Amino acid sequence: MATRDWLGLKEELPHHRRLILTFISFVAPLLLWCVVSYVPWIWHPDMRITTPGDVDYFTEDMEVPRADFQRELEKVRAAGGTLPEGVRVNPVYLPAPHQVARAFYTAFTTEPRLDEPWLHQSLGHSIRTILWGFILSSIIGVPLGILCGTYRFFSRLQEPFIEFFRYLPAPAFGALCVAVLGIDDAPKVAIIFIGTFFQQVLVIGNTVRKVDPALIEAAQTLGARGWRLMTRVVIPASITDIYTDMRILLGWAWTYLIVAEVVGTMSGITFFINQQARYRSFDNVFAAIGMIGIIGFTSDIFLAWLGTILFPWKRQGRTRKSKAIPLSMVASQNRGEPNPSDASPLPPAAESGKTTEPETPASAMPSDALTKPTTP
Amino acid sequence: MSLATLELPDYHTQSPEVAARFKKIEQRPVVLTVRNLKKSFGAPGHEHVVFDHVSLDVHQREFVTIIGPSGCGKSTFIRIAAGLDEATDGEILLNGQPIHGPGPDRGMVFQGYTLFPWRTVKQNVMFGLQMQGKDNTSAEAEARQWLEMVGLSRFEESYPHELSGGMKQRVAIARALANNPQVLIMDEPFGALDAITRCKMQSYLLQIWKRVNVTILFITHDLDEAIYLSDRILVLGVNPGGAREYIENPVPRPRTPEQFLSPEFLALKARLDHLIHAPTSGDEEEDKLPMIKMTHVGDEVE
Repeated sequence: MATRDWLGLKEELPHHRRLILTFISFVAPLLLWCVVSYVPWIWHPDMRITTPGDVDYFTEDMEVPRADFQRELEKVRAAGGTLPEGVRVNPVYLPAPHQVARAFYTAFTTEPRLDEPWLHQSLGHSIRTILWGFILSSIIGVPLGILCGTYRFFSRLQEPFIEFFRYLPAPAFGALCVAVLGIDDAPKVAIIFIGTFFQQVLVIGNTVRKVDPALIEAAQTLGARGWRLMTRVVIPASITDIYTDMRILLGWAWTYLIVAEVVGTMSGITFFINQQARYRSFDNVFAAIGMIGIIGFTSDIFLAWLGTILFPWKRQGRTRKSKAIPLSMVASQNRGEPNPSDASPLPPAAESGKTTEPETPASAMPSDALTKPTTP
Repeated sequence: MSLATLELPDYHTQSPEVAARFKKIEQRPVVLTVRNLKKSFGAPGHEHVVFDHVSLDVHQREFVTIIGPSGCGKSTFIRIAAGLDEATDGEILLNGQPIHGPGPDRGMVFQGYTLFPWRTVKQNVMFGLQMQGKDNTSAEAEARQWLEMVGLSRFEESYPHELSGGMKQRVAIARALANNPQVLIMDEPFGALDAITRCKMQSYLLQIWKRVNVTILFITHDLDEAIYLSDRILVLGVNPGGAREYIENPVPRPRTPEQFLSPEFLALKARLDHLIHAPTSGDEEEDKLPMIKMTHVGDEVE
C-alpha cells in the first residue's frame, strides 16, 4: 500500500494521503499569501511613510510607489534636507492574512456608518435572495425537468426553446427586471431565477433520461404503468442524481448573486463589499468574499451529509460510518455504479466476504412455503 | 474424442416414465400459444428478418427453454412474449387472449440485475403487490413468505447492493413470482454468475418451480443448463432465422447433476450441439483466423 503510486490513474488514494492532500489544497494558497504579505523583499511595491522629512507632500502613514519615494529621497538628499523614512508595504488592496482573519470578527462587531445595515443583516439579505430565486426556480424547474426526462413529448415541446434561452445571459435581463419588478428584491430574485431555471430543466431532464431502461421494463413486467411508473420508478431511480444536480445548481445560483444584487438598489453582501472598498477597508472586503465561500462550502457539506440520511441505499456499507461526499468526489461515487454488462462474476460484496452465498442444501429449502396450490 | 463419436442412444428415445410424463403434460391446458411469430428490422424490401414462422405451445407448469446461437433472436422472442417488444407478424396468446404490452401475468427475470436499488429486498418483492393495489400489511406478509421460499429471510432489510449476484437473482425471482404470474419468463438469468453459483441457482430454480404453479419460459445459450432444467427445448437458428426443432427432453426427472453424464443427456447435448453449430453455407472458414505467425520459428504452444 505504502509503495503505491501517488499518481495512479483513477485509483483512490489511501485515507491518510487524501487527508494530506486536502490539507495542502487549502494551505498552499494560504502559504503563498503569507509569503507575499510577510516576507518584506517579496513584492511590497509601495512605501509607507514613517517620517515625512523634507518632502513637502509626504505625510505620515501615506503610501507611495517605491519609485516615487526613491526619486523624492534623491531630491532631498541632493538638497541636503532631512531624509524621509518609510517601510516597504503591499498595496492597500492586499491586506495580510492576520488582518483579514481579524476582520472576520471585527466586521461583525463594527457599528455600521449612517444607516447602513450590519454585516449579518447584509449576509442574511443575500441568503434570502438566493433561496427565493432557487426555490422559485426549483418549484417549476424540477417537475418540468422530470417531465422532460420521462416523456419525449414534453422534452420535444419544451427543450428546444429552453436550450435557446439558456444562452441569454441572466444579467442582460437586469434593466428589464427593474422596469417590470421595481428596484427592490424582486428583480434580484428574478435574475437568480433566470440564471438557474433554464439550466435546471435541461440538467434534470438529462439526469432523468439516464435512468436505466431495464429498471423501467422490470417495473412494467411487474404491473406498473403510467403515472405510477413515474412516481414509483423513474423519480426514485433518479432522485439521488437529481439531488446532486441541485447541489451543483445551488452553487451556480451563488455565482449569480453578485450580479443580481447590483440590479436596482444595491443590496446584501454586494452592498457591504462595495461600501467597504469605498472606505478602503479591504480586509473587510476579503473577509466578506471569504464568507460567501465559507457559507457555500459548508452548506454543500451539510447537503452532502443530508443526502446520506435521505438516501440510505447510497451508503456503501451500512456498517461503515456514512460519509458526506464533497461534489468533487460525487462523480466517482454516483455515476460509477457497476454496469450489469461488465459486472465481474462475483460482485464486490461477495469478494470482500461481507455477504456470502449461504450454503443452503437442497433439503434446507422450506417446504411449507407454498403460497399457491399446485394444480397440474 | 468428441461427443459425436460416442455410442449414444437416439435422443428421441424416451423411457416409459418420461413418455408418460409428456403424455401428462400434453393433457394440461395450453397457457402460452405462439403463432407464426415474425420479427424483422428495417424497411420492407431491405428488411433483416431475425426469425419467422416460429410457433409454439406451452402447457401449464411446463418448463420450456429456448436456445440458439447468438443473433438468433432468442432475447427478442422472449421480450415479445413479455410485451416489451412488438412482433412484426404473428401473435402470442396467453390463455387464448392476445397479449398487449407488459403485464403482471407474465413475470420476468432479466440477465442484468434489475432490482430497484432504492428499495430493500423486502420492498422489492412487495413492489408488484403494491402495484396490484394490495395494502402494505398483506403485501409485506406475502413478500416475507416468498423471501423465505428463496432462502433470503435474513436479508429482507438489506439493500440490493449489499447482496451477491446469485442472491440478487433469487430476489428477482421472488419479486416476479410474488405477482402470481401465469408464465415466468427468464432471459439468461444466470448468465452473469460464476459457474458454481450458477449451478446452485439451477437447483434452486428447479425446487421453486416444483412448488409453485407457474410455467417457465427460459432462455440460455448454455446447453447443459437447457437440458438440466427443461421439459422441452426450442432450438432457434440463424440464416435463415427461425425454429429448427422443438425437442422433448428424454432425461428423466427428478434431475440431479449426476445426470450430466447419462446417455440421454449426452445424446440430447450432441443433437443440440449439432443444431446450433451446424455449418451454414459460406460459414466454414469463419473460425480460422487469417493470422500471420508472430513468434519465433519452432516456438509452438500446442
